[in-house]
Amino acid sequence: MPLIEAAHKSFGESVAVWAIGQDAEGNAKLVERHGLTVPMLDDSALKVSFAYGLDTVPTIILADSRGAEIRRFVGFGRDDWREMFAELARLSGVESPSIDWRSYPESRPGCGSKSVEPGIAERLEAEARGDKLTARRIELGDSEDVFEFMFERGLTDGLPVVPPTPERVMWMLTGTRRDPRDVVATVPPNLAPVTVEKVAVNAVMAGCKPEYLPVVIAALEAVCTDEFNIHGVMATTWGATPVIVVSGPIRNRLAMNMGMMALGYGTRSNATIGRAVKLVMRNVGGARPGEIERSTLGSIGKFTTCFAEWEERSPWEPLHVERGFKKEESVVTVFGLEAGSRQIADQTSRTARALVGSLGLGLEACWHPKQHGSGEILLVISPEHADTIARDKWSKAQVRARIQEVTSRPISELLPDDDSGEGISLKALGMTNPTKEQLAQKIPKFRRPENINIIVAGGDAGKFSAVFAGWVSGPMGSSSVSRRIEEAI
Amino acid sequence: MKQVIIDPTDERVPIRRMLAARSGTVVGRVALLDIAKPRGDILIDRLAKHLQDRLPGVEIKRFRKPTFTKPAPDELRRRIAEESDFVIEALAD
Repeated sequence: MPLIEAAHKSFGESVAVWAIGQDAEGNAKLVERHGLTVPMLDDSALKVSFAYGLDTVPTIILADSRGAEIRRFVGFGRDDWREMFAELARLSGVESPSIDWRSYPESRPGCGSKSVEPGIAERLEAEARGDKLTARRIELGDSEDVFEFMFERGLTDGLPVVPPTPERVMWMLTGTRRDPRDVVATVPPNLAPVTVEKVAVNAVMAGCKPEYLPVVIAALEAVCTDEFNIHGVMATTWGATPVIVVSGPIRNRLAMNMGMMALGYGTRSNATIGRAVKLVMRNVGGARPGEIERSTLGSIGKFTTCFAEWEERSPWEPLHVERGFKKEESVVTVFGLEAGSRQIADQTSRTARALVGSLGLGLEACWHPKQHGSGEILLVISPEHADTIARDKWSKAQVRARIQEVTSRPISELLPDDDSGEGISLKALGMTNPTKEQLAQKIPKFRRPENINIIVAGGDAGKFSAVFAGWVSGPMGSSSVSRRIEEAI
Repeated sequence: MKQVIIDPTDERVPIRRMLAARSGTVVGRVALLDIAKPRGDILIDRLAKHLQDRLPGVEIKRFRKPTFTKPAPDELRRRIAEESDFVIEALAD
C-alpha cells in the first residue's frame, strides 16, 4: 500500500490512481494504518474484480484515458513494479519518487481473489449474464416463513423445498448454455410451455446443483414426447412414474450412484434430478396427486426415481449404446414404469441358464402372473448376478430369449377362472370357441424380447436383481425414450 | 429483509367456466363416449339401452377414444361437440 500511496502522491496530478479493495472493513483498516490519501474504492460486491477477470490480489492494471488496458501486474514483483513506476513517470512527465527498492522482497505471489472463490464465482457469472429472469417474482411478508409459504401454496411434493430465490435460480442457470427463455417442452396435462428458467426454478427447489440441470432438461424433453405419454403415466390409477436412467460420462461427473443403494436414497444427484422432473410436472404441468395424478395407491418412487447404469461393471454394452448413441455421449432414458422396484432373490444358481431362468420366474409377477404378452419392463441386474451370466458369456439376446422361454405358459393356464379372476381374455386373443390345440398354445410373458430392457447396477455384494414392472406399453400407452444430454462444459 | 422467490408455476390463471344451464329434460342428441377401458363397451351398451327405453326421443351417438391412456384427440372432441347436445363418458374396468 505505501507504494500505491507513493504513486498517487507523485503522479496523481496527471494519472488517476485508485486503490480498489474487496473488503470494506479491511479497506478502512488499510487507510488508517498507512494514512492513505489515495482514493480507496469498495469492491465488496466484487463486480469490478469479476469484470476485470482478476484471479490474484494484488493486481495492478494500467489503463489509458479511455479505460483500455495497457498492462497488468499480477502479485508483487519488485522489478515489475519498479518498471511500472518508470512507465508512470514517462507517461506523466513527472519524475519518479525516490524509493528504496532494496527494502522490498524480490517477489510476493499474492492471494486468490475473492471473486474466484467457489460459489462466489458462479454467482458473479450468473449476475454478469444480466437480469434475464422473466418469471414472476413473489415477495413474501416480513413475518412469513418461506418454507411454510411454499407448502401452503401447494408448490412442494410433500417434503420441504429449497426456496428459489433469484440468486439461486441465476446460479442454477450457469448449468446450461441455453437461453432462460427457451421453451424446453409443452408439459401435460395442462399443456403448459416450460422454459429453461422455469426448469431451473424447480431444479433449485428439488435441491439440484447447476451441473444437474442439463439432465433435468433432457429428461423433460423425453417425457413430454407423444411416445412417452407423460399424461397417461401421471394420470393412471396404476402407480406409474418416469423411471430415469442416466448413461455415459456424465454419470461420473455428477457422482451419480450406480452401485450400492443405486435404486435407493442418499445420493444428491440421483435424488434431486428425478425430483426436479416431478416438480416440473406438478408446478408447470399441473399434475397433482388427487387431481390429474390419480394413482390408487401410489408409491414412494413417485417422489423421484433416477439412477445410473454401472457401465464399467457390466459385461454388455451400455443402455445408450444399445439404443444407437456413442459410448462417449451422455444420454438420459425415461421409462413409464411402476413407481418402485421389486427385488428378485437368487443366491444359489451358478450358471447363466439357471440364474436367468430363475429371474424369469420372478418376472411372472409383473402386473399379474396370469397377464402375458406384456410390454416394457426394466430389469436391473446386480453385479454378482451379472458375473454369473458373464461367466457363461451370455449375450443380452440370450438372456431375453431364456426369459421368454421359461415364462411361456399355455393359454389354458392364463384364462381367468374361479381361483383367479384376472387373466388373459379369449376376446383379446380373438378366440371364441378355442380348440384344445389352441388352448395349448404358449404365450411368453412379454410381447417381444426387446421389451425386456436390461441394465447393470447395484452393490458388489448381493445376489439380488430388481425389476421395474411395466404399465400400458407401446403406442397405446408409453414407450421408453432416450435423449442426448447437452452439457454446458 | 424482504424475501423474494421466483414463481415455479406456469403462471397461467385458469379460466373459470360456468356449468351449462340444466334444462331438466334430455332431448336431442346424446353422445356416449367409450374411453377404451376394458368392459367399457358393456357399460355403454347397458347405458344406451336404459336411455333408449326411458327416452325414446333422444338420438344416441357412440364415440370411442383410440386409447384410454391419452386424452381424446382434438378431432374426436370437435366431432363430439358438433354432433351432440349431451355427453356421457364411461370409465369402466
